[in-house]
Amino acid sequence: MSQSTAAPVSEVAIPTIPLRELAPWALFFGLLGLVVIFFVTTDQGAVSLPAGTAIHEWVHDGRHLLGFPCH
Amino acid sequence: MNARAFLVRGLLVGLLAGIAAFAVAYMVGEPHVERAIALEESGSAAAATEPTDHSHAAGTAPHSHGDSTGDGAGDGAGDGGASVSRTTQRTWGLATGTLAVGVALGGLVALVAAATVGRLGRLTPRQSTAVVALVGFTAVALAPFLKYPATPPAVGSGETIGARTGYYFVFLLISLVVGVAAVVVATRLWERLGAFEAVTIAAVGYVAVMVLAGELMPTVNEVGDFPADELWFFRRASLTTLVALWAVIGVGLTALVGRLHEQVASVAARRELAASL
Repeated sequence: MSQSTAAPVSEVAIPTIPLRELAPWALFFGLLGLVVIFFVTTDQGAVSLPAGTAIHEWVHDGRHLLGFPCH
Repeated sequence: MNARAFLVRGLLVGLLAGIAAFAVAYMVGEPHVERAIALEESGSAAAATEPTDHSHAAGTAPHSHGDSTGDGAGDGAGDGGASVSRTTQRTWGLATGTLAVGVALGGLVALVAAATVGRLGRLTPRQSTAVVALVGFTAVALAPFLKYPATPPAVGSGETIGARTGYYFVFLLISLVVGVAAVVVATRLWERLGAFEAVTIAAVGYVAVMVLAGELMPTVNEVGDFPADELWFFRRASLTTLVALWAVIGVGLTALVGRLHEQVASVAARRELAASL
């Protein structure tokens, strides 16, 4: 009987994660992820943060095959 | 369910997705990269005698693996300066790129999924995560690919890389914003109109706005006399790689979030049962 009351509750009340709790994770790891994606996909093509071509050369094939403008 | 639980699962799934993308890119994509480079090298030899559409590209070391290229054999043996051999580029280099993008993308998708859980109408965590992955693939990978498709080595002038990169990311940003807006609209209309109508309106709206944006944004055509079939093979391989990346993230994360929710729900149910005794 207690099960029949428990089941609908867990079905109706879908848990949410408070945005306040999520914000620091989203900000820090979101920025980190974007930086990683920037270096792999774009750096030393249109924009060069460390000048040179080493990063571009190294990830060259991935850049082409993942569909990013390479050169 | 908390941010950490989502992020850990996203990073794990992203790593698997990166491995899958590497496998697909290596097996399906690399043969076409190699052929494009071979064509480029024979083309740059021919460009010396006959002017072509992309002669400026051919003149300035067409495939600027390293802008320091001076030698015609650049792609085969790696260029001077920051040189990475073709063997390294298509193995370790490709793996670095796909794994890094996979892990980063997995983490980002997981964080977005964490934010949407319980906020998309009455969708369960499993369902809302699937929606995030599907919309993510469409908005971040598919739509930009359709407007500014991947180009093999030998296609694309080094002089326009700045503009092309700008177009690509502006279009991606538009697509992302419109995609998020479409999901918000669908969620709002869901209660009033029902699921089918709400999703249809949102999807048609997304496609309409993106077609308009695609029409307004500049077209890039630097294909020159690159063989059409080879271009299509390369692009198909590139899209296959993107699909592999997103499919593993989407299916994997949906499965893991679904299981996480079941565990959380069963623990909550057991607690409630215990409390009621």
